[in-house]
Amino acid sequence: MFRYLIRRLLWALVLFFATTIVTFIIFYAVPVDPARTICGQRATPECVHRAEIFLGTNKPIYYQYYKFVYRLFPFSFAGGFHFHEPSLGRSFTSRLSVNYVVGQAAPVTASLVFGGAILWMLIALPVGILSALRPRSLLDRFAMVGVLVGISAHPVWIGLIFAYFFGFKLGWFPITNYCNFFNATGECGGPVQWAYHLVLPWCTFAILFAALYVRMIRANVMEALNEDYVRTARAKGAPEWLVMRSHVLRNALLPVVTMLGMDIGLALGGAIFTETVYGLPGLGKTAINAIANFDLPTVQGVVVFATICIIVFNLAVDLLYAVIDPRIRLS
Amino acid sequence: MALLEVNDLKTYFRTDDGVVRAVDGVSFKVDKGQTLGIVGESGSGKSVTCLTIMGLNPRRTAMTTGHAMWKGEDLLTAKASRLREIRGNEIAMIFQDPMTSLNPVHKIGDQLAEAMRLHEDVSRRQARKRGLDLLKAVGIPRADRRIDDYPHQFSGGMRQRVMIAMALINNPDLLIADEPTTALDVTTQAQILTLIERLQHEFGSAVIMITHDLGVVAEIADDVVVMYAAEIAEQGTTDQIFKSPHHPYTWGLMGSLPRLDQNVERLVQIQGQPPSLLRPPPGCRFHPRCPYVMQVCKEVDPELSPAGDDPTHLQACHLDEETKKREAAKLLAGMMAEAS
Repeated sequence: MFRYLIRRLLWALVLFFATTIVTFIIFYAVPVDPARTICGQRATPECVHRAEIFLGTNKPIYYQYYKFVYRLFPFSFAGGFHFHEPSLGRSFTSRLSVNYVVGQAAPVTASLVFGGAILWMLIALPVGILSALRPRSLLDRFAMVGVLVGISAHPVWIGLIFAYFFGFKLGWFPITNYCNFFNATGECGGPVQWAYHLVLPWCTFAILFAALYVRMIRANVMEALNEDYVRTARAKGAPEWLVMRSHVLRNALLPVVTMLGMDIGLALGGAIFTETVYGLPGLGKTAINAIANFDLPTVQGVVVFATICIIVFNLAVDLLYAVIDPRIRLS
Repeated sequence: MALLEVNDLKTYFRTDDGVVRAVDGVSFKVDKGQTLGIVGESGSGKSVTCLTIMGLNPRRTAMTTGHAMWKGEDLLTAKASRLREIRGNEIAMIFQDPMTSLNPVHKIGDQLAEAMRLHEDVSRRQARKRGLDLLKAVGIPRADRRIDDYPHQFSGGMRQRVMIAMALINNPDLLIADEPTTALDVTTQAQILTLIERLQHEFGSAVIMITHDLGVVAEIADDVVVMYAAEIAEQGTTDQIFKSPHHPYTWGLMGSLPRLDQNVERLVQIQGQPPSLLRPPPGCRFHPRCPYVMQVCKEVDPELSPAGDDPTHLQACHLDEETKKREAAKLLAGMMAEAS
């Protein structure tokens, strides 16, 4: 168990370096000079020079990367071992600390993703199970058409349609803006406003995943229903609800746990489309803006945060899996 | 009154290609404490017969007619709730593949206890105690420790023992064993058969042993039903079937028994494939593979009728009694000669 964790952590480190190095390289492959951007259209050489020194872009790439890593790790060995606050650096454009930028955006994305995950599971579980129990029934056919639509339709398109009908035409829900769950600012804030503003984003975000999960749950349940141990349970005289709960679902939903963990981890990196359509100031929106402004530290910050989310959720899923599936032993 | 009396049982399945007649008019009975062997090739309807009796066929596609009288009560028309009371309590079943017949995510102790607690109002501890006793009875070593293990920690033979323990936990009157040894290796097969036989005496259950292995039947059955293509080809006591087999299919099965005392290149086999139950051949269903086929066999389906003057030994074949006796005697003489 301990060795397993060590190995996982080492892999996480490898993953971290891989993603950040790739981000750096891609960034510098783009022929844009952030210093020149800062100095505006009529950039004087002095201004550009000063800006380069200020941003640190006058130094070679490997040195910049070293600086980035040095700032991020909470300890260093340069000049004796000492601790310091891990930092993602400062934004090229706004000069805000990237820690602060990511810290502002992360709760927005988390609200969207976790709320969306709850919503898509609330849809996918009953629909998937009922479709599996009654294959080719009206419900099943209806659900399968829904799945097809959900998988095919792009979130941006769905988002715009929702915003138009439920927001603009019917006026049921706000189309834009985000309200904090805590710390109300003005009249916008608190759990009710928070949820109210997120209804459309949640629906938009959940549709694709709901479709994927309905299909997966349906397939898993159908497969489990044909398992020999389900027949055994029936032969023991178990009533159908018990067969479903204790034998079919207990097995059929094991892979769903894995998928859920990985999908949430992935989505926390930024639900770019949904955030863009509804103007939610989440990580996806932040990353898009940062890329548009060639703001490397902010992009790098979002990448690091997303990587950490994926690593943490994958690890959590692995650990959880060992608990719920007795056949899996971590070694 | 017989414990179980099956009368003209038919089970048809609706499929996309048409109606599959998986069981087509099967009758037999099982008395208290007796062992009935049902023999036949894969797809001859042995398993479906028993699943039908247990009410375990998919409800959506299966159509059933006939009667299965259990202590005077027809199982085929019984309510689902009544069937649940009987299943696992009065009639228990063990299956072909022990590797997949136990739920991988539950401890075997819990699965045993579940089987008991479904039918009897006992505490968890009592059920566990009974489960432990049964595990010991079926010969699981260190049962008190292994009761908390999961199925994947057991070998195939041990899992089948667990299945048997689970089937016997409520002292059933009838145990249906659906090819319980097919998925096991040869040495384990013998152990499991001996175990079933021993426990049958201990618990006094009747047994229906479904198998494709005549050797198994010869060893433990009192009565035998030979099934071919959803119908009964021949039925009688084990003595009758083995001493004077009356159906060419039975001869084929006996001829294909592997013999250790014989130096042959290949086993004797019955030529051809079992017929499709979607469109069974006209006349006698065995005629395309029968070495004794006559014109009448291709046109008229032979009735199940007494073999000679013995009303307990039934067979369905058009051959005349004399030819049958002669051929059977030849076959047996051959087998005896080889054996000696």
